[in-house]
Amino acid sequence: MAVLTVGVAVQRNLFSVVVLSGIYSFLMATVLVALDAVDVAMTEASVGAGISTVLLLGALSLCGGEEAKPLQRPWLPLAVAIVIVAALVYGTLGLPGFSDPQAPIHVVVAPRYLAQSIAETGVPNVVTSVLASYRGYDTLGETTVVFTAGAGVIALLRRARRRRAGKTPR
Amino acid sequence: MKGLLILRIVSKLLIPYILVFALYVQFHGDFGPGGGFQAGVIAAAAIMLYGLIFGLPSARRMVPDAVVETMVGLGVLIYAGVGVVGLLLGGNYLDYFVLHRDPVAGQLRGIFWVEVGVAVTVSGVMLKIFYMFAGRRRREDA
Repeated sequence: MAVLTVGVAVQRNLFSVVVLSGIYSFLMATVLVALDAVDVAMTEASVGAGISTVLLLGALSLCGGEEAKPLQRPWLPLAVAIVIVAALVYGTLGLPGFSDPQAPIHVVVAPRYLAQSIAETGVPNVVTSVLASYRGYDTLGETTVVFTAGAGVIALLRRARRRRAGKTPR
Repeated sequence: MKGLLILRIVSKLLIPYILVFALYVQFHGDFGPGGGFQAGVIAAAAIMLYGLIFGLPSARRMVPDAVVETMVGLGVLIYAGVGVVGLLLGGNYLDYFVLHRDPVAGQLRGIFWVEVGVAVTVSGVMLKIFYMFAGRRRREDA
């Protein structure tokens, strides 16, 4: 995956960048399967590798396949990125260790979900019961976000089309 | 891509199975991996494959824009409607216990409809974005 990331950064041909990021998504999905997060792996494989690849290819066919040469040396963005990465890494030092059984998330609500899920909701898949029932508000919010994204795309692209049609009346 | 015989036949064979798999992921999400989001994406991917192979106009004929745009809003309405029904039946917003005499059955019913809402919105949005992106160049040429 590291090789793929370097390839995406170095490669100037956008078509191969899209293909490489699709492969990256599939590898990510296998990593998630290895972590026993099958639901997330499914989402990653279908959205990350499937649909976003199709959409990026569609965008490529609209805007051409070669990346433009950068206008100036990207030193300032590089510095900003390094500072942010340093801050994020510093932040992770405060998190509990990976798969630490004493981490707060494993001692407060997770045992209750795992123990009560079948009795309270009758759904054997805890991911589903947490998503749809215990955390129903969050999922409603997510659905609204998806809806807003779709509405935004419709609004932007429709308006562009109408304006063009207005300029060149036929 | 209309001339590619192998692609056309293979995708024709695959699309029904993809759609059935989407339904399976949707309704088996209680027991195995999956749920509304994944099912919506898979269903949208089946239609996208159809559109890629057989051309956008035939995909649009099969799943018209009006249907897709209705789906975008309808899913959120279903989800929010489940919450409102819970309110009307005397529970809190998004409380599923009141949807059936047996609280567990009420939970199952609530989760089912909520997942339907998620799937409808997600597949509608994905398809709409695909239609929008794929339809642009064609309109400029015309």
